[in-house]
Amino acid sequence: MNALFLAFAHLRWTWARSLVLVLVGAVILAVPMVTQTLLRGSEDALTRRAEATPLVLGARGSQLDLVMNAVYFSEDRAQPVTRAAEDAVWDSGLALPIPLHTAFQTNGARIVGTSLDYFDFRGLQIASGRQLAILGEAVLGAAVADRLGLGPGDTVVSAPENLFDLDGVYPLELQITGVLAPTGTPDDEAVFTDVKTAWVIAGIGHGHDDVVTADADGNIVANAAITEFQRITPENIDSFHFHGDAGDYPLSAVLIVPNDTRSATILRGRYLDPENPLQITVPDDVVAGLVDRIFRIAALLDAVTVIIGVAAMGAIALSLYLAWALRSPEMQTARRLGAGRFVILQLALAEIVLFLAGTVVLAAALVFAVTSNGDRLVAWILAL
Amino acid sequence: MIEASGLRFAYPRGGFTLSVPTFSVAKGERVGVIGPSGTGKTTLLNLVAGLSQPDAGALKVAGTDMTALSDAGRRAFRARNIGFVFQNFALVDYLNALENILYPYRVGLGLRLDRAARDRAAALAASCGIADRLKSHPGALSGGEQQRVAICRALVTQPALILADEATGNLDPETKDVILDLLFARAREFDATVLAVTHDHDLLPRFDRVIDFATLRQAA
Repeated sequence: MNALFLAFAHLRWTWARSLVLVLVGAVILAVPMVTQTLLRGSEDALTRRAEATPLVLGARGSQLDLVMNAVYFSEDRAQPVTRAAEDAVWDSGLALPIPLHTAFQTNGARIVGTSLDYFDFRGLQIASGRQLAILGEAVLGAAVADRLGLGPGDTVVSAPENLFDLDGVYPLELQITGVLAPTGTPDDEAVFTDVKTAWVIAGIGHGHDDVVTADADGNIVANAAITEFQRITPENIDSFHFHGDAGDYPLSAVLIVPNDTRSATILRGRYLDPENPLQITVPDDVVAGLVDRIFRIAALLDAVTVIIGVAAMGAIALSLYLAWALRSPEMQTARRLGAGRFVILQLALAEIVLFLAGTVVLAAALVFAVTSNGDRLVAWILAL
Repeated sequence: MIEASGLRFAYPRGGFTLSVPTFSVAKGERVGVIGPSGTGKTTLLNLVAGLSQPDAGALKVAGTDMTALSDAGRRAFRARNIGFVFQNFALVDYLNALENILYPYRVGLGLRLDRAARDRAAALAASCGIADRLKSHPGALSGGEQQRVAICRALVTQPALILADEATGNLDPETKDVILDLLFARAREFDATVLAVTHDHDLLPRFDRVIDFATLRQAA
């Protein structure tokens, strides 16, 4: 106890040095464990969601970008496809197509324009409020609602794509009708709207004042200015309309839920032609390749971490030794006052034990903090 | 208290050999040791304290034959029977004054820190005039205050013998007198013998007896 008392008093007296050493030690200890935890969590999350997504239809190009965007709502943007592609799947009678429009964001969260089928397909439950019903409404993922402190009755505004483009996408205020129950998936980090609402944000659909009105005498009068609505309300919803051919409206991708294995095989066969501008990918295959690469890189990172860890531990050991050397006058006094080698050894060991205890406790706290928020962190990482 | 005869000690690497034919200090006596530097005054203190073992001769301290004790036995003897006061105070910078006074109980072999020891430390601090400085660390104390703390530390285990090596060497003339008075008064209170090495001839009249080390070695 005396050795621990003196060791603690010394560590407290040199608190800045002790804190730095404990922090460095804790980081060295925690980083490999945190990395492994997040990697395992990412692998599980990636694999689980990929396995639960049979097929994805999108523009030909990077399969990885397509899958990451359509399945995990990441920043990777594949070329858009048209609604005609979704209709073609629907017309085939082989599968249920679920449209996805993921081009926009609000408050750092991805706006996912889709259909109500998506919620059934992913098994998403409304935790509070109600489901989407009309144009201009939004349902928040659990993490987004928690982070922004928003719920049913509040609004969110879509981010403008380009502040200086007068002809560009303008923000649309979305009415929040519900919040989803947490799932530990990228759905927690998304804001869901109907795909038509996404097209309104894109400027394909809009609502505005009447171009012409009749005055008191029944004369036709043209408005001097047409004001576009930035919020869809019961009063102006009837004025909203879409321009152009509906088959040309853009989609980021289409999730395909085949009726059976045979239907899936037939559908995949239809998009095998390399000349076809569309492709169907199997997310599970794409993610398996990605996970394999991630773990190869992780193995390399582990080796680097070990090397850095050994170097840092060497530096810590040197620091402890130098601190001990500075205490040699105290040890000389202790010997004169009757301390033996065992007592001196106890003093040195007590300081090392306290340092290690502090390091282990802090590292455990770090690992616990990461582990207990693992699902949320993984969902956030996958949405990057 | 101390009886030595035919005492010889040579440092392992050579160069210096201490030889003391006879040397004794009575219980309760306050003895000053003077002599030129390098004549072995500190070596004698180390032998008396059991920090070094004589190569030859007999040495008894407080009735104990120091030459017959093992290494651990000398440490336990030192912890229980000898108090030290050093020229550089040798206080522990990360402990406050009270914990410095109690330091022998933290490291000394066979000593147990109990309520009585704490009460004794507080009483010593009060009698040395540092009762209000017990929470201060050595860096915040003056030289005189630090030496008072060192005197309290030397006496807290109620030793039979106080060894002082240039205890006033780092103090100004006024403080020297005060500290030496304090050391003698507290030693008398605890019925402790004082053996003090000093270079300060002004202080010699205060000792009961003075041993000139140059003369002692000539006799050898």
